[in-house]
Amino acid sequence: MRANPKDVFTGAYYIDGDVSSAYGAAAAGCKFIGGYPITPSTEAFEAFVRRAHQVGAISIQMEDELGSIASVIGASWAGKKAMTITSGPGFSLMMENIGLGAMLETPFVVLNIQRGGPSTGLPTLTGQADMMQSRWGSHGDYEIITIAPDSPQEMFDYTVKAFNLSEKYRCPVMIMSDECVGHMTEKVVIPSADKIEVEPRRFYKGDKDKYIPFPVDNLVPPMVKAGDGYKLHLTGLAHDEKGYPLLTQNSKVKTQNANTRRLVDKIRLNVDKIIELKEDGIDDAEIIVVSYGITSRVAIRGIEMARAKGIKVGSLRLVTVWPFPEKKITELANKVKAFVVPEINYGQIVFEVERCAYGKANIVLVPHGGGSVHNPDDIFHAIEYAAKERKNVDGIIEQKTNLYSLIFEKEYKLHG
Amino acid sequence: MPNSPELWVINLNRMFEIKFAGYGGQGLIRSGVIVGKAASIYDNKFSTMNQSFGPEARGGACSSQLLVSETKVLYPYVTKLDILVAMSREAYEKFEPELKDTGMLIYDSDLVKLKKMRPKIKLYPIPATRFAEELGNRIIANVVMLGFFTAITKVVSKQAMEKAIPDSVPERFKDLNLKAFNKGFQHEKQIPKIPKFQNS
Repeated sequence: MRANPKDVFTGAYYIDGDVSSAYGAAAAGCKFIGGYPITPSTEAFEAFVRRAHQVGAISIQMEDELGSIASVIGASWAGKKAMTITSGPGFSLMMENIGLGAMLETPFVVLNIQRGGPSTGLPTLTGQADMMQSRWGSHGDYEIITIAPDSPQEMFDYTVKAFNLSEKYRCPVMIMSDECVGHMTEKVVIPSADKIEVEPRRFYKGDKDKYIPFPVDNLVPPMVKAGDGYKLHLTGLAHDEKGYPLLTQNSKVKTQNANTRRLVDKIRLNVDKIIELKEDGIDDAEIIVVSYGITSRVAIRGIEMARAKGIKVGSLRLVTVWPFPEKKITELANKVKAFVVPEINYGQIVFEVERCAYGKANIVLVPHGGGSVHNPDDIFHAIEYAAKERKNVDGIIEQKTNLYSLIFEKEYKLHG
Repeated sequence: MPNSPELWVINLNRMFEIKFAGYGGQGLIRSGVIVGKAASIYDNKFSTMNQSFGPEARGGACSSQLLVSETKVLYPYVTKLDILVAMSREAYEKFEPELKDTGMLIYDSDLVKLKKMRPKIKLYPIPATRFAEELGNRIIANVVMLGFFTAITKVVSKQAMEKAIPDSVPERFKDLNLKAFNKGFQHEKQIPKIPKFQNS
């Protein structure tokens, strides 16, 4: 289906990533945002609020992030596409209800403009340390889709895509951007509505008595909305196909297995359709730089420096970080000498790369505590280091960066 | 390119790293947005703008950093500046070391007192704040500066700037802003054709 022309602010803009994402949400048909302002994501919320009347959308500043995400789940079950916008600490507060959203197979989008952490951390500066949280933050078993854009233009494009994926697979989709992209101003071209593909909500239209909300044989069943007259029971408890929690232990075990299996399978069986990667020069590469979000742009300079020295470096950019491209990494691990993984944290996605490399390639982590992006020199040095002949596979080798040697010249003391 | 051939010859990849710096409230982030918009939307080049964010944007040393390029901007941050536009002494002292040895310094001659400079840095003074006060509102000093910046550097075209400025200011101030822009643009004729070096 094409986007509604009323929702699309066609034109060329010079705006930052936050604003671009809000326009993307509008274009995708988002009609509800429940949020609580938090730097550095506030601009996105503001931009949506300013345009909400034009697209007939509602935006509510809730009392806190717990309320925000709960309102988004409610809006989604009322039949509207919904989103919440937050950053690190707010994202932590939303975790419980993101699990509820996954359990109830609710489509919605969470935009997280990551900042430095833990806790209040660096409100105005960047970080990429919520990547594992986006996947594993809520308790219990579920699969999630996470997208990491790297420019304001991509913030528009991938916000639309996030809505489409969430409708298609009925699951929460996270846009894990970061402060750098959120506050970076670049040209954003919003195409006309007939060039934007949007996934409409699939509604059940059958007999009112025969409606089964969570059928075991359908991974992504159609939804109904509040007020349509269907009998519907939604609960966070493990529920049977009609949505009711069960009382005996045997039936609980059975439904739990049937139900959570579906939450996992609907993503795992479709990974090839969901995963999006951007590759550059990986065919004859002996080193691959695996990166995502803003770091992928910074890595380009490191890669160029290494190529100028004659090192064969390829770049694998994870546009969708979760589900993780396991097959691709395994396939590459058989061919290349090493993976270099720069990220603005002390190692998150690098563990996934290591897991999928099965000990067949070296893994070099280029960590950064947050607050700024990497110095491209650090990524270049890591590539240079990885390119030296190494026979043993040592697991993850943490590359000492310039920043590290600047601050920690002496050894740590463990006690006193 | 006329008038500042050195800047263009040295820049083989046609990538300019620019910083607008001064006090918070002088409209420096807006300046970055206007030049970026002119370059990327009306001149069909590529540009990326990053701004200082947080308490410093509301007073104290504030800056916006801008990359303007003929090709797609990959690495989005400035490393060594081609052009520094300084609108306060504090900003000048803070960011002058980031200038390339052959860079350009455009500064408000009433507000910035120069220290000893590296020999090849080209200096372009303009009393932008005084001009703005003469036009009736000191708030448009940054636009006077933008006029001068456009005339000197040719990083963006005058036509593009004349489209970008009305886009970025409130309706009732459009004429005043364009007047301020032209005032700055004309000032280029007042300065010597050969750029001024401190030791010459």
